[in-house]
Amino acid sequence: MRPPKRRGRRLDALGLLVAAVLGFPVYWMVLTAFRPATDILSLPPEFWPSDPTLANFTRAMGTETFWANARSSAVIGLGTVAVSLLVGTLAAFALARFRFAGRKAFVVVILTVQMIPLAALVIPVYLLLNDAGLTDSLVGVIIVYLVFTLPFAVWMLQGFIAAIPVELEEAAMVDGCGRLGAFVRVVLPLLGPGLVATSVFAMVQAWNEYVLVYVLLSTPEKQTLSIWLVSFQTSFGTDYGGLMAGATLTALPVVVFFLAVHRKIAAGLAVGAVKG
Amino acid sequence: MSGDPGARRRRPLLPYLLIAPSFLALLAVLGYPLADMVTLSFQDMTRKELFSGEQPPWAGLEQFRTILSDGFFWTVVARTAAFTAVCVTLTMACGLLVALLMRGTSPWVRAVIAAVLVAVWAMPVMVAAAVFRWLFDADYGVVNWLLSRLPGVDLARHNWFTDPWQGFAVITAVVVWGALPFAAVSLHAALTQIPPELEEAARIDGARPAQVFRYVTFPAVKPVFVTVTTLMAIWDFGVFNQIWLMRGGQPEREYYLLGVYSFIESFAVNRYSTGAAIALVTIVLLLGGAVVYLRQMFRLGEVE
Repeated sequence: MRPPKRRGRRLDALGLLVAAVLGFPVYWMVLTAFRPATDILSLPPEFWPSDPTLANFTRAMGTETFWANARSSAVIGLGTVAVSLLVGTLAAFALARFRFAGRKAFVVVILTVQMIPLAALVIPVYLLLNDAGLTDSLVGVIIVYLVFTLPFAVWMLQGFIAAIPVELEEAAMVDGCGRLGAFVRVVLPLLGPGLVATSVFAMVQAWNEYVLVYVLLSTPEKQTLSIWLVSFQTSFGTDYGGLMAGATLTALPVVVFFLAVHRKIAAGLAVGAVKG
Repeated sequence: MSGDPGARRRRPLLPYLLIAPSFLALLAVLGYPLADMVTLSFQDMTRKELFSGEQPPWAGLEQFRTILSDGFFWTVVARTAAFTAVCVTLTMACGLLVALLMRGTSPWVRAVIAAVLVAVWAMPVMVAAAVFRWLFDADYGVVNWLLSRLPGVDLARHNWFTDPWQGFAVITAVVVWGALPFAAVSLHAALTQIPPELEEAARIDGARPAQVFRYVTFPAVKPVFVTVTTLMAIWDFGVFNQIWLMRGGQPEREYYLLGVYSFIESFAVNRYSTGAAIALVTIVLLLGGAVVYLRQMFRLGEVE
């Protein structure tokens, strides 16, 4: 029973309208980023690009700390991803493949941890890193970020591992592989898409985080793009062209990554939410 | 989940070794600060102790007595609860509508909506805050201009943040806009799991669309719906970034939610212990939500 054609067309129109409304802020950001200052402050506003310019981007990228902050964001993001995947895969494998006493308690910990607002923990975390001599250090930030990437990584990866038939591993073990051999040769290749999706998710969370870097890193060069973007706002006042160019630059890597793997993320979410 | 747990009983140590790194990491980075925060809330730590490293004096229940007897604190609690309720309701309602809409559109329109959802989802929160500030700018914001097109509306040079009600409307818009993709994508994923025969059978039996939704469609996506709702509630209750960023790092008292209040007490006023006590109360309030969430997760089965 297919819906009548006219109804389908009306729904399509409605769908495009919804997409336009939801997408408008993104469109407006990119449009503003490419506009010369005179056009940005024109009233009534124009909704189409006329004489686009790269001046805003040049200005944003020319700010003192842009490249240092971009580097810092990349180091923190990649470091967080590497550690949380390594540590997370181990735990995910244990959850997906073993029944052991304390499993339930561990799951509760994993799930509860995601609920604690980190902004609430800023001071004790600062004190902890201070004791460890890790304030104003990227390593310190990576360790702290594990708190919010790790639970999610474990949760998502265990869903992906549970979806891999255990018989494949057993067959490999019958054929003479050790447990580790079976894991490396059978589970790991099949887990590839799950690892990619999880790493993008962890990367994005690290990229987006703002409060902790704000408190934990004091050297301007070490701070991340999120701080860079916000500092823009005050020092440039209402230079919306520069700000929107900065915002576009900050969002771009995340959008690209996300578009590349969003199907996997949706699948992981569905598995995680339904299968637990 | 695994095929036969019985066969694995011979090596009881392995799973513990596998979870040990995660467990230790969480214990060190979260458990320790959490314990520290509890301690802090029973002390009286100021800037002096923070920098000299001296042991702050004990204050007993003083911090809690102060905040709990402060009318402003309860205003902030009520405001946070109301804000959460509004944001969650809007997000889930819009998310469900978008997910349902995506089922009825042609594949290419669905692809367009999905692409937009992913792009919105990927927007870092400080980018979203900056963009919404620009959209709602008093002088050149496109929203003011658009709304002024409506007959009888003049919003030229209107500052949305003078009136906290309007300011919170803008903040709600950012929060809901940013959270909608997660809700819509999860719900859409759940909707695609429903076998079409189920709904078709109901239709053939003469059920009206609203009845099909109520008795067939919604019950099938309910587990995902409840899980996402709970997660949303937990996240929205702890909202900090959007308010902090949209108010340029200096939110007025009318814009305090619990997260902001705790942070300001700690870092602007340097009453670290008061900040810790507020954070602790926040977490206790959240635990109520946590119980619902966990019960739901376990009821969905498989987690044992």
